[in-house]
Amino acid sequence: MSSETQKILTTDGIPLEESLKKAEKKNKIKAFLLVAPLLLFILITYVFPIGDMLFRSVDDRMVTNMLPKTFKAMEKWDGKEMPPEKVFEAFYLDYKILVEEKRHGKLSTQLNYEKNGFKSILKKLARKQKKFEEGNYKEQIMAVHKRWANVEYWRAIKRRAPEYTYSKYLKGIDMFKNEDGKIVQVPEDRRIHKILWMRTLEVALFVTIFCFLMGYPIAHLLATLPMKYSNLLMICVLLPFWTSLLVRTASWMILLQQQGVVNDFFVLIGLVTDDNRPEMMYNKTGTYVAMTQILLPFMVLPLYSVMKTISPSLMRAGKSLGGTPFVAFWKVYFPLTIPGIGAGCLLVFILAIGYYITPALVGGASGTLISNQIAFHMKSTLDWSFASAMGLMLLTGVLVVYWIYNKLVGIDNIKLG
Amino acid sequence: MALPKYTETHYRIWHYIYLGICGFVFFFLIAPLFVIFPLSFNAEEFLSFSEGMKRLDPDAFSLRWYNDMIYGTKNPWGLAAKNSFFIAIFATLGSVLLGTVAALGLSSRHMPYKGIIMATLISPMIVPLIISGVAIFFFMAKVGLAATHTGIILAHIVLGTPFVVITVTATLSGFDHSVTRAAASLGSDPVNTFMKITLPLILPGVISGGLFAFVTSFDEVVVVLFLAGLDNTTIPIQMWTGLREQLSPTILAVATCLIILSTLILVTAELLRRRSERLRGISR
Repeated sequence: MSSETQKILTTDGIPLEESLKKAEKKNKIKAFLLVAPLLLFILITYVFPIGDMLFRSVDDRMVTNMLPKTFKAMEKWDGKEMPPEKVFEAFYLDYKILVEEKRHGKLSTQLNYEKNGFKSILKKLARKQKKFEEGNYKEQIMAVHKRWANVEYWRAIKRRAPEYTYSKYLKGIDMFKNEDGKIVQVPEDRRIHKILWMRTLEVALFVTIFCFLMGYPIAHLLATLPMKYSNLLMICVLLPFWTSLLVRTASWMILLQQQGVVNDFFVLIGLVTDDNRPEMMYNKTGTYVAMTQILLPFMVLPLYSVMKTISPSLMRAGKSLGGTPFVAFWKVYFPLTIPGIGAGCLLVFILAIGYYITPALVGGASGTLISNQIAFHMKSTLDWSFASAMGLMLLTGVLVVYWIYNKLVGIDNIKLG
Repeated sequence: MALPKYTETHYRIWHYIYLGICGFVFFFLIAPLFVIFPLSFNAEEFLSFSEGMKRLDPDAFSLRWYNDMIYGTKNPWGLAAKNSFFIAIFATLGSVLLGTVAALGLSSRHMPYKGIIMATLISPMIVPLIISGVAIFFFMAKVGLAATHTGIILAHIVLGTPFVVITVTATLSGFDHSVTRAAASLGSDPVNTFMKITLPLILPGVISGGLFAFVTSFDEVVVVLFLAGLDNTTIPIQMWTGLREQLSPTILAVATCLIILSTLILVTAELLRRRSERLRGISR
């Protein structure tokens, strides 16, 4: 009997193997169809918009389209000396259209991002150009303001010629492309973003460490206490977890203010004098204290769920084999809790690095983080492409941590409550 | 956790230090919430304890800020509360519906590309809110839904579904699929099986996911800050403005109400968790 002739058939006469494959495929499609609505929804309202942010952050066609003749004329200009008359003429013609269509305000905002000082000279040009005579635009424009005779301003315009640019990303790390096309750092006194990135990293790191140091003992206590006590104490962790973030931030603002309870207490125990109360809010201290308390439940819950599964007999075994309680803890218990530590620390770190509300309220100027800068550019300066670029840089960092988290812990193992 | 009698002295001391540290941490976690209660009954306009309050003088306490919260002229809390509940309820319904159905598919063993799809669906929970806010704002502005309730509800569905997906898949992981097969063999169609067999069994998970989604929406401020116009103000937005501009004790009255609400949600969530564990046979 050869095996080919002995194919097992179903009642319909189709080979069983084929029939099974068909059923499997059907099941796959069924499962996928259940997920499809949500997946589609998230893709459209969330994933694609993030992709759109990426596009926005590099898209520079607005300026390119506003000065088409200028950029064409500039193609042959090497950028070393003042541009030739042709460039001036093209710029005059482009700018005239913009002024007529009342779009020149946008151009001046954009060019001002590139180099400070454009706003006033463009405004002046808009006023003066009406009286321009035909021909010799170079001299007429240069006569409007002495900055128009400065070659650096023309180089700045030329830098905005490409349709796509990564200059926003450079700006995000305090660098820029200088006149020779080299990427250099901005002057020392203007490196604000570097400070913000470092501070964000520092705050996230220290908040994670504080949360770990405070969360580990109580998670251990909760996991080892008898049920009736631990349930009661669990409320101390869960109530803040469920309480509004703004309520918790508000309570810290009350506690930490100069006439607040914490300062009252310091005065009472004689740590500080009444007229010398320390400022604990609107600086980094406030950010640290409030963020640690707010994120602590996210550390305790994963730790607790891991510790709960560790049998107490392991510690007893360790001790009975001659280990002191410390040795038994360090060699037996601690290594078993490492998955929980990883989960808790990464979760807290991810949440801390993108924190916005608490630093904005209790952080003051020296406690603001990168998220606050993104919000500032979204709401105040309206430099949305820069906000997008910074957002994506932050996102990249978070995704790296998320990826590590996924490798170490597995995304399906997130436990809530 | 009593120590055995034979414990040596220095371990005994260490044990009490450990308990002391734990006590401090619990205090650190819970105490800030309780400072709000007494101050919300302050008769004066300050956000610190007055001399009268420290002496427990009854005249130093009043309900004026609660009065102001409810009847105050030009007060935004009524509209904000209405909006908050409206948005949160619809966002919760949307999240629960989409999330539960997706979780059913995700916990099927036939699901293709499970890892990447799960990671995508969970991502709104991991990505910093500020980035989600910017991205969703761009989208809503493009489709003309900025500064509308619909836009905010859709945004909150995005933020709420990960919680539903996680809790429901967790409930389904302990689900015995033979009961649905039994139902099918007895002639029940899939929809009927789901409504009569599966849903009642996973209901605790669904509701607790819904609670998460509700709290997420009710408490969410970053995305709403970008999306909301004057008519879409919510409680968190009002608190945010209040905390930034004029710190009035009315905020504390609102905060007290929110703490009571969160206590109720906590109790519900805990009861559900225990019920779910009992149903799944994981009793502790």
